[in-house]
Parts: sequence; structure tokens; C-alpha cells
Amino acid sequence: MKNRKYLVASAVALALTSGQAMSENVLRWTSQGDALTLDPHSQNESPTIAMNGMMYESLVTRDTEMNLLPELAESWSNEGNVWTFNLRKGVKFHGGEDFTAEDVVFSFERARHEASDYKEQIKSVTEVKIVDDHTIELVTDGVNPILPNQLTSMYIMDKGWSEANNVASPQDFAAKEETFAVRNTNGTGPFALVSRAPDELTVMAAHADWWGKGQFPGNIDKLEYRPIGNAATRVAALLSNEVDFVLDPPLQDLKRIENADGLKTTTVPQVRTIFFGMDQGVEELRTSDVKGKNPFADIKVREAMNLAIDRKAIQRVVMEGLSFPAGMITSPGVLGNTEAQDAEIPFDLEKAKALMSEAGYADGFSVQLDCPNNRYNNDEKICQAAVAMFAKLGVKVKLEAIPKSQHFPKIQNRTSDFYMLGWGVPTLDSHYVFSYLLDSEGSWNAAAYNNARVNEITKAIASETDLDKRTMMIDEAWTQVRTDMPYIPIHHQVIAWGMSDKVDAPIASDDALRPRYITMK
Amino acid sequence: MLSFILRRLGQSVLVMAAVSLISFSLFNFVGDPVNNMVGQEATREDRVFIRQELGLDDPIPVQYFRFLGNALQGDFGLSYRIKRPVNELIKERLPATLELVLVSAVIALVFGIAAGVYTGIRRNGWFSKFILSGSLVGVSLPTFIIGIGLIYLFAVTLRWLPSSGRAGVVELGWWKTSFLSVDGWRSIILPAITLSLFQLTMILRLVRSEMLEVMQTDYIKFARARGLSERAINFVHALKNTLVPVITIIGLNIGGLIAFSVITETVFQWPGTGLMFIQAVDFADVPIMAAYLCFVALVFVIVNLVVDLLYVLIDPRIRIAGR
Repeated sequence: MKNRKYLVASAVALALTSGQAMSENVLRWTSQGDALTLDPHSQNESPTIAMNGMMYESLVTRDTEMNLLPELAESWSNEGNVWTFNLRKGVKFHGGEDFTAEDVVFSFERARHEASDYKEQIKSVTEVKIVDDHTIELVTDGVNPILPNQLTSMYIMDKGWSEANNVASPQDFAAKEETFAVRNTNGTGPFALVSRAPDELTVMAAHADWWGKGQFPGNIDKLEYRPIGNAATRVAALLSNEVDFVLDPPLQDLKRIENADGLKTTTVPQVRTIFFGMDQGVEELRTSDVKGKNPFADIKVREAMNLAIDRKAIQRVVMEGLSFPAGMITSPGVLGNTEAQDAEIPFDLEKAKALMSEAGYADGFSVQLDCPNNRYNNDEKICQAAVAMFAKLGVKVKLEAIPKSQHFPKIQNRTSDFYMLGWGVPTLDSHYVFSYLLDSEGSWNAAAYNNARVNEITKAIASETDLDKRTMMIDEAWTQVRTDMPYIPIHHQVIAWGMSDKVDAPIASDDALRPRYITMK
Repeated sequence: MLSFILRRLGQSVLVMAAVSLISFSLFNFVGDPVNNMVGQEATREDRVFIRQELGLDDPIPVQYFRFLGNALQGDFGLSYRIKRPVNELIKERLPATLELVLVSAVIALVFGIAAGVYTGIRRNGWFSKFILSGSLVGVSLPTFIIGIGLIYLFAVTLRWLPSSGRAGVVELGWWKTSFLSVDGWRSIILPAITLSLFQLTMILRLVRSEMLEVMQTDYIKFARARGLSERAINFVHALKNTLVPVITIIGLNIGGLIAFSVITETVFQWPGTGLMFIQAVDFADVPIMAAYLCFVALVFVIVNLVVDLLYVLIDPRIRIAGR
């Protein structure tokens, strides 16, 4: 019985909460897909991060408005390439263990392990030093002004518990057996796991010894999560009052939920932008009738493609109003998104046609558009609308709409000429966008965009600590991108939540449910 | 007899091997699991490394024989998506599917035969015509529409039954059953009806046409001449003789029910093997897909084998031809 202590603790938590069943606030909620694992360093995927964030905590977190907030660290400061974090005192894990600097060091080591999916996120951290029991120093390779932004899903585990249960490292990809941490947790967070049946039911109860008790508005005693894959069934469960909260109701059903007695919806712009990428780097497009040259290499063609998209029509017809037409490939809320940079690119077919003639493609050309059909809101329909719009420009687009498991490898392996992609920014800083999508070395830059100044700025802002200067550089790079038009921005996605009138859950632009802020009547 | 059984067993093994090979070679087209297994920050080197770790870059025949070798030892590997052993997952979810299939089969049989007999006897009654036109719905509407329709009627509008999920399970060792609680029965009703409708209609129509045929035969006329009661004629003499083909069809369709349960389970979030399979396809979770397809193939092969053997017992002509 390695985990007896933990079992006792959760049994106590269960007994405490079920003893007061009369006044207990139970939030029954659902969404399409369950967390993949409860191992906090094994899967860097939004629903997994959100669910683990109810039980585990990081040094720094975000509130529902996306402001940085102290969590396991009470304060932090930066000097050169060293960040000092003062850890919160008196924090207990669900199993009763004390939270100390040792646990932070252990968790960073675990997250840097080869099998961890977080090693990229914290790759700038070269060393974690213990100053005393409640102070640590993170040493980075060079100055890293946005380190706290990168730590919001870097969850802290208990060293003793992990070692006792043989989960001192995340599960290997080629592992043969399930590890203990896949279905068991021991965090410091506001909720402790009561039971876990993946894809069926996950129950959590409020952690009685949580440090934040009384500091947050939430009054939830128990969380019951039941994933429902089919969208219509998910909405039916809300309509029939079997769940109190739906994380991802389909956009076309929002009116129906709104009109039902005792239910409401809330929406917020998401930090995710949908856009098309054009491969301007290859000599000759793989799927085009133009041979010997690449039309997308010509900036006039890229501009014409941008002008040919009627973003307002897509918003109105395809998205039923639930999107924000975009002028750049990153969303409001991310440092670098300004009104001027994000000003919608006007729909101007005449000018677009003129540009095509100037570029020597008066008769257009043909190309294939690769599009996922199960990843973003109405992804396939957006592509269909775009195909019709490009046709008016004379560009014959053949649409290939396929599941995400087949779509994304095309972008990864650079085998797509023209593709749809959506990009979210967990750090809420443009550096994340530049380093993956616009830097010539960026691993998702399948548009093969390569601008010397943008590359230079990407490098510079990684270590520039003068925030005004840094913001100006970011703006300069975005201006360059707006001129070069390597991508065709479409819109920023909208998140919609559906819930019972009894529930007050403040919506967040990262689509994460934060039960510490949820109140129930 | 023994040689007949051995020959059929040999054929079954061949079928299994063929099915597993074909399904395995299809996995190349479902996409790349690695992309789903790592976050967007992962580098290209990481992705290559994981592909190598998992052996995804090996030629398909090599992957297949590795899979076969492990499978013969009862090891189907670890799910890429939820990182748990596939054996365990199937064992956990099989009771849900089997119970759903069992209840659907019972519904299909009882109501199918009853309605078939009724419409066969009163073929011009208005109620018969109503049943027959109603049964067209069962044949022509896709399962997921019927399921959603039932959910909106019974769960959202009337609020008599839960819309989805499998509530009220009772554990009997490793087997979790819905049969021992009211909640369990309440949640199995809608998915079971949805799954049964197609089979029910088929049985109804089969029994009806058999009944119509039997009612014309001489021995029914003689029975009537003997002054037997209508009830005895219909249910003892006529029905008995219609059931032989019905039993054959049902036997063969049990496998079909298990395979069709994929859609029903998805609509009702019924935590069985079918739902697991759909989730696996979405994620390109090859170990689960491979194990599930082999499992379904095995069910079909076993059912067919049993039906064939029953034929031999029932019908001496096959035994003679087999010599």
C-alpha cells in the first residue's frame, strides 16, 4: 500500500463532503473530450492542462482575465539570467505532505525528462537552485524576460509521492505498462481526485486544506465530469438538466440553449486565430498547374489572395456572427496584437484581380487547399466558403478536407502548398507566434516565410528586458509581416459556454474551466 | 464430423489472419498518431524520435508481424491516447457492449416476432398496415437520427429517461452490470431500442412473409379442418415452422449488432468497445484499432462457426454432402 496516505486523505475528503450532502454544491459538467492523462507532464494539450490545473498547481497561474497571479510562488523577481521565486509557506499536498523547494526542483527535472511533453516550454531553464526551503532560483540560458508566462502550466508534484509510486519520470512513449500517475494524482490544488474512469466519469472533491480557501469566490464542493463526444447529445444533456455546464456547445445550438428555461450562454474571443498558409518557399507548387515557378512566391499574388477573402461574409454566414474577422495571425490579449495591426484586411476583388494581372496570372492558377474537418469551429465550411471566394479571383482551389490526424502531418512534413491552421498562444506573448510561425526556422512555419529582420527580432525579443523597446520591436515585426502577407488571416475564434442559471462560471479566453471562481446557487 | 470441424476451424484461422492483415495495412491511412501525442511546441526531432520509439517508420509487414507476435501472447500494447493497456481497456468496456447487445437482441426478437405474427395473420387490418409502414422507419432512417430523436423525445421533452451515459452500474467482480439497478435499466433502454430497431424490422418482415407462406400450406388447412383453435394453429403449428430461418438470421446478426453498436454507443456516450473504437480512430490510436478489429473479426468467425456446426446437427443433408 504505497499510496495509503493518499487513499486515507481522499476517503476523508469524500466523507467530509458526503456528510453535508444537503447543502453540497455539485457541479456536473461535460465537454467533448476527456483529459488524455492525469500525469501533469505527459501531455501538453489544452483539455488535459485544464483538468490537471484543478488538482495540480504551478508557481504562477492566470486568473479568468488572463492576468498572471501568484500560485505556489508568492512573489518573483528577475536579475540578469536568474529568476528568484519565493514559495508559498504552509501549503499541503492532498496526501498531507508539505510543499517545499525540493518538490519544485523535482518537478522541473521531471518536466525536462525526455518523455515529457513540456521540455520545450521550459527549455530556457538550465538550472533550478534551492536557496532555502521556500526560495528557489531558476537560471536561464541568457536573459528570459517572459519566463513566468511560460510556467503557468508547469505543475508541481510531490517528490516523495512520485518516487514512492515509481513515477519520478513521465511515461515513456514506447512504454508497455500504465504508470501510477495516469489515473492517480497528488497535487496542492483546490480539488482532490475522488475517482477516475477515463472517458466515463471523473469525480473531484474540494481539498479541505487548500491554501486559497476563502480567497476565491468559488463555492463548489464537488465536481463531476462526464465527457459526451456527440455534440447533439451533449446539448441534450444540458437541456434535460442532467449536467449544469457544457464547455463546448456547438455554435449553431447557442440560441436554442439561450431560449431554454433556466439556461444561459456566455461567449468570449478565444486566443486562437484561424488562417491559411501559402508555401512561398518551394520552387514549384506540388498541386498547381503553374510549372517552373511558385505563384505564392510573388507578394502580389499573396496580397490578391488576401483581398479576395470576404471576412465579414464568413463571419455572418459560416460562423453565424460568432467570430472576429482578423488582420493578423494572433489574437487580442496577446502582447503585440494592436488595433492597427489587427485592422481587418479589406475585401476588394477589383484590386485583387488587378494585382493578379500585374503578377502575370490574369487567368488564375490551380492549387489544392488542405483543411482539417474536425479541429476548429466550422473548419471545413470556412474552407468551402474560401474556395468559392478564390474562384471569383480565377484561382481554382481544390479542397481536401480531412481529419486532423492526417492534416497536421502535412504541415509538419512540409508537404502542403496551401493549408488551414489555427494558432493559440499559451504565453500570451508574440514571441511564441514568431518563433513557431514566422521565424525561418520555426517548426510550424510551413509557409516558409523568411525575412531577415523578423528573424532578428524573434531572437532579440527572447532576451530583451526593456519592455518598451521590446514592444516596439514586436510591433515592427508585425508591420513587416502585414506588408509581406505570408498568411491569410481569417478570424479569431470565439469560445462559447453553456450553463444552468444556477451556475456562475466566469469564462476565460483559454477555454479552461477554473472551478475556484465558480459559484452555484 | 471431426474432420468437418477441423476444416472449419482452419478456415476461421485463415479468415482471422486475412482480416487482421488488411485492417493493419489500412492504418497507414488514418494519419499520424505522433502529432496527437505531443503538444504543438514539440520539435521535429522529437517527433522523429517518437516515431522511431514506436516503430512507426518500419515497413507495414514488419509492424504487422510484431503486432501479431505480441497479440498471440495476449499483449495488444498500450493505447497511444490514454496510455493504458489495450487488453485491460477492452475487458473493462466489453460488458457494456455485450449487455447493450443482449437487451437489443431480446427487444428485437420479442417485438419482431410478435409483430410479425400479428401482421402475418391480420394482413389487412389497419393496425397491421400501421405497423408495416412504421417499420419502414426502422429500415430507412440512419441509427444516429433515430437515437437523437429518442433522446429529444424521452430525455429533453418528457424527461423520463437519461439522455446518455451508463448510470447505476453494479460491480460483480470485474464485470460491471446495468441489470441490477433501476438507474441501470433506465439508461440502457434508449440505446437498446435504437440499436434494436433495424434488427426488429428485419425479423418482423421475415416472420411475416414466412407466416403468409405457411398459412397457405396444406397442413394448416387440415389443422383448421380438424377444428383446432385459431390460437393453437397460429402459435403452435404455424409459428414453429417460421422460426428456423429466423434463428439463422439472428445468429448471424449478433455479430452485426456488436459492429453496429459503434454508432449507437457514440450517440449515447455508452462506454462500450464501439465508443472506444471511434475515439481511437479520431486519435489514430493504432493499438486500440487493431485490437478492436481483431476482436470483431473473432466474434464474427465464432458466430459463423457455431451456426455452421448447428446446421450440421440440424440438417443431415449437409453432413452427407460433407463426406
